[in-house]
Amino acid sequence: MNILGLWNYWIVIALMMIGLYILIARENLVKKVMGLNIFQVSVIMFWVSIAKVRGGTAPIVPEGGGDVIYSNPLPHVLMLTAIVVGVATTGLGLALIVRIHEAYGSIEEDQVREMDRAEE
Amino acid sequence: MNPGDAIGLSVMLPLLGALGIALAGRYPNLREAVTLVTAGAVFATVLNLVPTVMAGGRPGLEVFQVLPGLTLAFEVEPLGMLYALVASGLWIPTALYSIGYCRGHGEENQTRFFVCFALAIFAALGIAFARNLFTLFLFYEVLTLSTYPLVTHYGNDEARRAGRTYLGILLTTSVLFLLLAIVWTWQLTGTLEFSPGGILAGRVDGPLVAILLGLYAFGTGKAALMPFHRWLPAAMVAPTPVSALLHAVAIVKAGVFTVLKVIVYVFGIDFLSETEGSVWLMYVASFTLLAASIIALTKDNLKARLAYSTISQLAYIVLGGALATMDGVFGSGMHIAMHAMGKITLFFCAGAIFVATHKKNVSELDGLGRTMPFTISAFFLGSISIIGLPPTGGAWSKWYLALGAAEGHHAVFIAVLMVSSLLSIGYLMPIVGRAFFFPSSEKQPAQSGGLAGFWAGIEEAPLLCVFPLCLTAAGCVLLFFYAPAILELLQTMSLVR
Amino acid sequence: MTEHLPALQTALPLLAAPVCVLLRRAALVRVFAVLVTWSCLAIALSLLQEVLGHGEISYALGGWVAPLGIEYRVDILNAYVLVLVATIASVVIAFPLAGRELRIPKERFFLFYALFLLCLAGLLGITITGDLFNIFVFLEISSLSAYALIGLGRDRRALTAGFSYLVMGTIGGTFILIGIGLVYQMTGTLNIVDLSQRLPPVLGTRTVWMAFAFLVVGTSIKLAAFPLHQWLPNAYTYGPSVVASFLSATATKVAYYVLVRLLFTVFGFAFVFERVQLSALLLPLSLIAMVVGSLAAIYQTNIKRLLAYSSIAQIGYMTLGLSLANLDGLTGGLVHLFNHGLIKGGLFLVVACALSRVESPRIESLRGLGKRMPWTMAAFVVGGLGLIGIPGTVGFVSKWYLVLGALDQGLYFVAFMVLASSLLAVVYVWRVIEVMYFSDEERAPERDDAPLSMLLPTWVLIGATIYFGLDTELTAGVAEQAAAYLLGGAS
Repeated sequence: MNILGLWNYWIVIALMMIGLYILIARENLVKKVMGLNIFQVSVIMFWVSIAKVRGGTAPIVPEGGGDVIYSNPLPHVLMLTAIVVGVATTGLGLALIVRIHEAYGSIEEDQVREMDRAEE
Repeated sequence: MNPGDAIGLSVMLPLLGALGIALAGRYPNLREAVTLVTAGAVFATVLNLVPTVMAGGRPGLEVFQVLPGLTLAFEVEPLGMLYALVASGLWIPTALYSIGYCRGHGEENQTRFFVCFALAIFAALGIAFARNLFTLFLFYEVLTLSTYPLVTHYGNDEARRAGRTYLGILLTTSVLFLLLAIVWTWQLTGTLEFSPGGILAGRVDGPLVAILLGLYAFGTGKAALMPFHRWLPAAMVAPTPVSALLHAVAIVKAGVFTVLKVIVYVFGIDFLSETEGSVWLMYVASFTLLAASIIALTKDNLKARLAYSTISQLAYIVLGGALATMDGVFGSGMHIAMHAMGKITLFFCAGAIFVATHKKNVSELDGLGRTMPFTISAFFLGSISIIGLPPTGGAWSKWYLALGAAEGHHAVFIAVLMVSSLLSIGYLMPIVGRAFFFPSSEKQPAQSGGLAGFWAGIEEAPLLCVFPLCLTAAGCVLLFFYAPAILELLQTMSLVR
Repeated sequence: MTEHLPALQTALPLLAAPVCVLLRRAALVRVFAVLVTWSCLAIALSLLQEVLGHGEISYALGGWVAPLGIEYRVDILNAYVLVLVATIASVVIAFPLAGRELRIPKERFFLFYALFLLCLAGLLGITITGDLFNIFVFLEISSLSAYALIGLGRDRRALTAGFSYLVMGTIGGTFILIGIGLVYQMTGTLNIVDLSQRLPPVLGTRTVWMAFAFLVVGTSIKLAAFPLHQWLPNAYTYGPSVVASFLSATATKVAYYVLVRLLFTVFGFAFVFERVQLSALLLPLSLIAMVVGSLAAIYQTNIKRLLAYSSIAQIGYMTLGLSLANLDGLTGGLVHLFNHGLIKGGLFLVVACALSRVESPRIESLRGLGKRMPWTMAAFVVGGLGLIGIPGTVGFVSKWYLVLGALDQGLYFVAFMVLASSLLAVVYVWRVIEVMYFSDEERAPERDDAPLSMLLPTWVLIGATIYFGLDTELTAGVAEQAAAYLLGGAS
């Protein structure tokens, strides 16, 4: 198995780094939430990709039974939960951003921080 | 009374007293009555234990187990008996004196004052009767914390600063060194019970003995060994009754008592003299002893001078323990009582002078002997006892300390004791001399001779201040004659396994 | 009925949360939430009793037997943590909400209770479950409601604090998810007991090492272990005091539990402490946390921030106990989990009491409160003594075990540092006490203490710090059993 053979991991790592980079480098809070989303999605893709069994099919027992190789269904199911968690996180994050916008009139983190400092 | 119950009662009574005082706070007379009744009852209960202990009994009381092996438990042995007698006995005159002092001086927050006082006595008795190091440490910290509000009683900046020094040194040393030593002892031996002949013998050797002893000796900040003595002069901002009972009797004696207990029942004097682990402590104690005396000479503030004198006298007791001989321990034990009686008298006098004349400095006392003859006479007796001259109790304890030094073949410390006695003459006698023989710097009292003139010239502090100090001054003399009884009590102590 | 107790433990608060939203009436919801939480406590206590009497309980959720189904597994360790979480929740929920600390109006208080119950359900779920993925799900349930609870703070900075907590928490949670994925990849199972048997043959692989790293870092973020603690001070400072009380006493403690579970049950003592040598990293970091956290606390001007930094230091004590990896040390860490929960929960309630009378949580504004609110401030003093570790308080019990654990390992310097950092606690506690009791005002202020409904819960927690300082049967006794059980495989 060469390096390219593990291409699914490369995609995951690339996505993860993009997500983390946005989180760190962007001041805009909505963009941060986007970064967080990308970060989470990368992990979901990681889980889904490890479920794949080479030559496997969808995990449905064929009529009359039979010896069929099928991919592991469990990670897919688990990722449904993880997606729900991700959606909830995004929702809550955006709700907080709305409130921040109401309270500060800005969603740029550096400006918000500046305002906090001025207050002290 | 069943001795076990008597132990429980004597420890709990001050606590109940504190509660009663707090509840009676609105009615000063009732509150003071509660204090006095509690003090009397505590002393009676403690006294009740003496015959049992004299007969060699070691009554105990186990309260409950905190951690496996760590119990809150009490057991009375001679040293603790003596310390409990001193602390609870001197509470009675101090309670009287406090009433006179606080009222004469118009103190604020008197209820808090008396509550904390009772709590401090509660802690002191807990220390006295502790059966193991854990119980002792518990009450040791209770004592530190319950006296903090007393030290900072006036609530001004000076009190706050003094409070910081007080708490800073006492907590730092106890948490950093004493607790470490206790946990270490537990780790080495698996027990913290005080037992005759010590628990460390055979379990440690070499330099570790000296290190552990160092952790204990310096960890007991209340023993005021240099360089951890600064809290004691700082605590002098407190009202004088506090300085008198707590910083001459209960707290500082709790410190030296702890050191003695550790030397006798944790290390064992045989073990210490074999390993010579305490030799360094003799030198540190001697240094403290002399240095504090010399500093006392330079202090003009009366209470500061007495505070340094206390530091010096405490070092006697530590020295006696460090000698690790039987007579040394007896001398130290006696000195707990003798010095307590003497020093409380001196502090009472200092307070009485302050209440009557608002003078704090030695240099202002010229001629005071004529207006306050009783106070100054009592001061004289107290000084004699501190110096260690007959016919006062202090003579006996110094005798036994010197004997202990000789027994341990440490003759150099006999010289130290003598020099320090000379120094104490140097810092105490001029006060009496000034008061009696120097002419007053202020008004000249009418020089009408005879008894009538004498009475007319008197401007003493309130009776409730003067009476207790006469009582304790008389006590100094009485102790000279009762010293054999104390010795007999101490001799029932089992020093070897 | 009783055999379903493990399921009820989480299902009850989880189902009660939406009911709160349906009930809406503030008074009604409050009574309902209190009853639910107290039932949770009853369940937790009976579970602990059951475990102590009859050993581990295994409960197959929905009748699907492990490792296929999700297993709820209660052993002595998580029964102990369940009791802590439920106890703190029961006290905090009874504390009356103060409108001035919350950004929502009174008629929407039911949302607070709904969030609180959700968070509680999550925390109890993490603790009780025996399935790694289930831990992740419950962790997110509790974290999401915690972000929202923090965001309820009146100060607008609560919003930004909540947001950065959300970002950090989600990163932590996602790291845990990666770790779980890698472990699953190697073993094909998610059940913790099953994992502990299937992991050893593959422990040498790089995948497992990566999984270990992701899991430990992810949990440490949730735990706020130094240096991953940045989210904590702002969250506790600007969130409502009641929330800070609840979270400081439970959320970080549950994260600590997860860490302990991962290290000792999933990966095993031999791997963690002999091959990876985690102590070499965790021990110095714990020491730094103890010192830096305490030093930072000394310089704070806001009492809530002071307590928050003190939490970081105290978490350092807990991870120190963990990294000592011997019976006394681990007992110390586990017992401190309980003890610090009581102390810090109580102290934040004290702040909540004080904020019912003064405007700002700045230390300066507490001036002279010792006379004005004697009972509240006395509670602070007692709690502060617990933080310092004065004998007779719970803090002493923890410190006793930690010092003993360090001495057992021959780490004299560590023992010394544990004691030295408790002296730093003296400084920051006494700074506040001096302000409270030494006022320069001539006239003593009128006595105006917090209402009994606030003082009572506060004193329940503060009183417990004394009670459990003297009677350690439940805390140290159980913690020691749990530690022995965890180390059982090692020695």
